[in-house]
Amino acid sequence: MLTSGVILLAGSLLSPEPGLIFWTAITFILVMLILKKIAWGPILTALQDREKGIQSSIDRAHQAKDESEAILRKNRELLSKADAEADRILREGKDYAEKLRADITEKAQSEAKKMIASAKDEIEQEKRRALDVLRNEVADLAVKGAEKIIKTALDADMQKKIVNSMIQDFSTKRN
Amino acid sequence: MKRINVLQPKALLKVFAVLVPLLLNGYGVAAASPGQLPSVPRSEVAAAPAVEAASGAKEAHEEEKAGDVIMHHILNNRVFAFPPFGSVELPEIKVGGYDISITKHVVMLWVVSAILVGIFSIVGGKYKKMSARQAPTGLVNAMEALVEFIRTDVAKANIGKGYEKYLTYLLTVFFFILLCNLLGLVPYGATATGNINVTLTLATFTFFLTQMAALQAHGLKGYLAHLTGGTHPALWIIMIPIEFIGLFTKPVALTIRLFANMTAGHIVILSLIFISFILKSYIVAVVMSVPFSIFIYLLELFVAFLQAFIFTMLSALFIGLASAHEGHDEHEAGVASH
Repeated sequence: MLTSGVILLAGSLLSPEPGLIFWTAITFILVMLILKKIAWGPILTALQDREKGIQSSIDRAHQAKDESEAILRKNRELLSKADAEADRILREGKDYAEKLRADITEKAQSEAKKMIASAKDEIEQEKRRALDVLRNEVADLAVKGAEKIIKTALDADMQKKIVNSMIQDFSTKRN
Repeated sequence: MKRINVLQPKALLKVFAVLVPLLLNGYGVAAASPGQLPSVPRSEVAAAPAVEAASGAKEAHEEEKAGDVIMHHILNNRVFAFPPFGSVELPEIKVGGYDISITKHVVMLWVVSAILVGIFSIVGGKYKKMSARQAPTGLVNAMEALVEFIRTDVAKANIGKGYEKYLTYLLTVFFFILLCNLLGLVPYGATATGNINVTLTLATFTFFLTQMAALQAHGLKGYLAHLTGGTHPALWIIMIPIEFIGLFTKPVALTIRLFANMTAGHIVILSLIFISFILKSYIVAVVMSVPFSIFIYLLELFVAFLQAFIFTMLSALFIGLASAHEGHDEHEAGVASH
């Protein structure tokens, strides 16, 4: 304590030294100029360049991100559109097939009906023709029978028997 | 837990009981052997001759001797000593009645300058070769971290717009002070920043830059108007001297802060070492002087960085305040006038 007090009072710590001030100023200014030339200039420009580079990289990255997001959005839109399209096509196909099936069945049914109707007509015609033929034959037979009866004898009982048997014959044949 | 609490004071007492006789004994032995050497030559500063000097001298002068040696170590002189190898007598130059001799601290300034120029010519050369896409490595990277720190966190943060102009000064002053501080901690080195003349010169540069920044920002009229503190003309007779003194308090604060921090650290380290010489005890040396001075040395390493940073930070802050708006300046002036 005493020592430090003595030293401070003696003023050796605070004594001015013009020579040292002079040399400090000269040295410092020279060092500053030299360092500005050889170091601060290049370093600071490099730092600024790098800062700019990083900034532009970040900007570019953001831009790329935005772009990719836009593309993704577009892709999604396209996909959903394609999905809808596919749905539509599928539905249309189904509808068409349904219609086609209905058409075909309808047509087949009508065809079948027509065929059945024509077959019925034909059967009817055939039946009529057959009946005509039968009628003619029956008439012929009747005439022939009558002829025979008249030819053999005019026996009433016999005639009756003959006619009856003929009619019976007739009826069984018809059935 | 209770047991330990009870035991601790007892253990301490035991340690004292062992230490005190040893201390006294060691003292007696050292005092008994008379030193052959006379007083220390002024040129030999380091601890080794000081021991012999201390042991040879009389008890009454003990403290004063240690103080002398410490002060001799801290103060400037024209001898660069390399004990025990001898010393170099530095030339005395006088120009027009002014003493501009090359002293120990001038040599340290030059060593610092040479190291700075050496390091930064390597770093700057690397940068000239490097493209913007390459990342720096090694020394270049280390320097870049510091440069970038000064640039963004000190200059940009405190000065704001137009900080680029002051970067040259701020960067140089930071590295200059940092290296001066660090070289003071190296054997055979001396702390140039522990000399008030060096710090005063550096602070004067800051002062001129601050005034130039203020003039540039406000013009001569604004600068003079600022000296009145924006008060009524009747108060000018008080305000102008206060504001005028306020201009000088900042650089003076810078000067004394750096100088006192560097000097104080060295005095503390040397004092801790000299305790063992004054008491003439190895025990004190092992138990106290060495560990404590190592601790203070590590603290000093931190302080070296801290003070370089603070000087640069405050320079940037003063420049920023000078070129900023009125409100800050008035507040600063108010603080400074206290």
